Amino acid sequence: MSGHLGRFLGVLLAGAALALSLRVAADDYRLRPQQIAPDVYAVIGATEDFDTRNGGNIVNSAFIVGSDGVVVIDSGPSLRYGQQLRQAIARVTDKPVALVINTHHHPDHFLGNQAFADVAIGALAETRTAIGTEGNAFAENLYRMSGSWMKGTEVLAPNRTLSAGALAVAGRRLRLLAFDGHTGADLAIFDEASGVLFAGDLVFNQRAPTTPHADIAHWLQSLTALEKITGERGFRVLLPGHGQPASDAAPIRQTRAWLEWLAARMNEAARAGLETNEVLALPLPPQFANMPMAVEEYRRSVGHLFPAAENAALGAAQ
Amino acid sequence: MLNFPLTIAAIALTALMPPGEAFALQEAGDPLGSARWGDMQKQVLPGATVIFDPRVKVIAPSVAENPMQVPVTIDATALPGVQEVLVFADFNPILQVLRFFPEEAKPFLGFRLKLQQSSPVRAAVRTADGVWHVGGTWVNTTGGGCTAPSAAAASPEWQKRLNEVSARQWSEGPNAGRIRLRIVHPMDTGLIAGTPAFHLEEINLTDSAGRRLMRLQTFEPVAENPVFTLQRQGGGDIEISGRDNNGNLLKARIAP
Repeated sequence: MSGHLGRFLGVLLAGAALALSLRVAADDYRLRPQQIAPDVYAVIGATEDFDTRNGGNIVNSAFIVGSDGVVVIDSGPSLRYGQQLRQAIARVTDKPVALVINTHHHPDHFLGNQAFADVAIGALAETRTAIGTEGNAFAENLYRMSGSWMKGTEVLAPNRTLSAGALAVAGRRLRLLAFDGHTGADLAIFDEASGVLFAGDLVFNQRAPTTPHADIAHWLQSLTALEKITGERGFRVLLPGHGQPASDAAPIRQTRAWLEWLAARMNEAARAGLETNEVLALPLPPQFANMPMAVEEYRRSVGHLFPAAENAALGAAQ
Repeated sequence: MLNFPLTIAAIALTALMPPGEAFALQEAGDPLGSARWGDMQKQVLPGATVIFDPRVKVIAPSVAENPMQVPVTIDATALPGVQEVLVFADFNPILQVLRFFPEEAKPFLGFRLKLQQSSPVRAAVRTADGVWHVGGTWVNTTGGGCTAPSAAAASPEWQKRLNEVSARQWSEGPNAGRIRLRIVHPMDTGLIAGTPAFHLEEINLTDSAGRRLMRLQTFEPVAENPVFTLQRQGGGDIEISGRDNNGNLLKARIAP
């Protein structure tokens, strides 16, 4: 009897321990900053879509440790991510966070802002406005996709406007580059001391680009400008918004290739008279067939981009 | 009560079909497993002889990113003698999306619709013998498509272009016979406080000989600024005419 009871209790305790460990695991993003240049760290997210398993950790955040403070680039998809990012920074340096930068208004780049409520949070003017108007809808959507990881997350809009040009912060000299095309306002940052180019979501690496607010023509122009910077003597590392860092412009060229192919596909399909479901059924070309998220992003991009191509083919005034 | 004529219809059809397809014809048991099917049959096809028929193809993405613009393609070209096609969505607050009567055109139509939540999207196709053949597919979506304001609601611009048609037909190549047309219209559902239902009601396409290619009756769930894709036989000019529920007329011609 007691043997049975003991075994029963043992199973019960093991079950409880497992449940507890799973609960703990579901709280922990396991953020591991990796050094990509002297005093520059990146936290690389999965090349996946938001789900309840990854909790939205599908994005790259980064931080620069300057002589008198830390600059954080993008705060992640949730309050919890922001808190754990701040803890991860504290494990690297005891210097205070001087500035958080949101590269653009997509939720995986600014919903960790709450964890930095006591410091300046900067973004381009259009990004500040867009977070104010669209932020809540984005947050709602992430609650739906990422589940309990989002607990307590609320929109904290940036409180400081950044604009193109040199910015001296935390003893560091940053070159702020105001672009657009992925969204209406995309900030890239070049850290002169380390030679790291933080491209935000203008650049994806081995992960299909997202296009919900894309203007492809503008995006391609921005990529041309970014590629020029990778040709400068001081350039060392390119950090894309999603995917691994690189020491050359390959991810820029890959992003360009995807966007050019996508735009051509939309226009050709519209001119040939295809309707939306036929466009969705077209196969991906071999060079993109195995890229993570290619199938999903192609499906989404048809929804975002095909109506305009269709209007043009039908001769509709836009 | 309906079992007897239903069975006869099913047997008759089964006899005409290759054995591989025949088993798929079903009188009962919704292949999409929707809890609403019984109600659908009562509300949308009351008293009708209904069979599920794989020859009625409803093509739509299984996951629709934008619930206000869900692309749907109805292809009943494998079914002879199509008289009328009714498209509906089980879980929409307004069930009926549109109805079309392919006359000289093929029983084929592409368009976009609004979904309020994940739902089966179905086409019921009436053949000359009076039987309704039903096909459908599940579309999963985050929803809200019927109670979100139209883009037009945010800007007065559309009023100047209301019922403006841009259209084209393809006479060569793999899509010969294809017609595509886009009509500027907010297609307001009336489910948002302060915005009454305002939608296209009827669209007719006629060829240069005066023969009707297709008549469409459109309801609130058709997406804003509708785009329709049709497939015709033959060529020549096409006259488009129609009106919305406020009596605003539309008229256009598509050259070959």
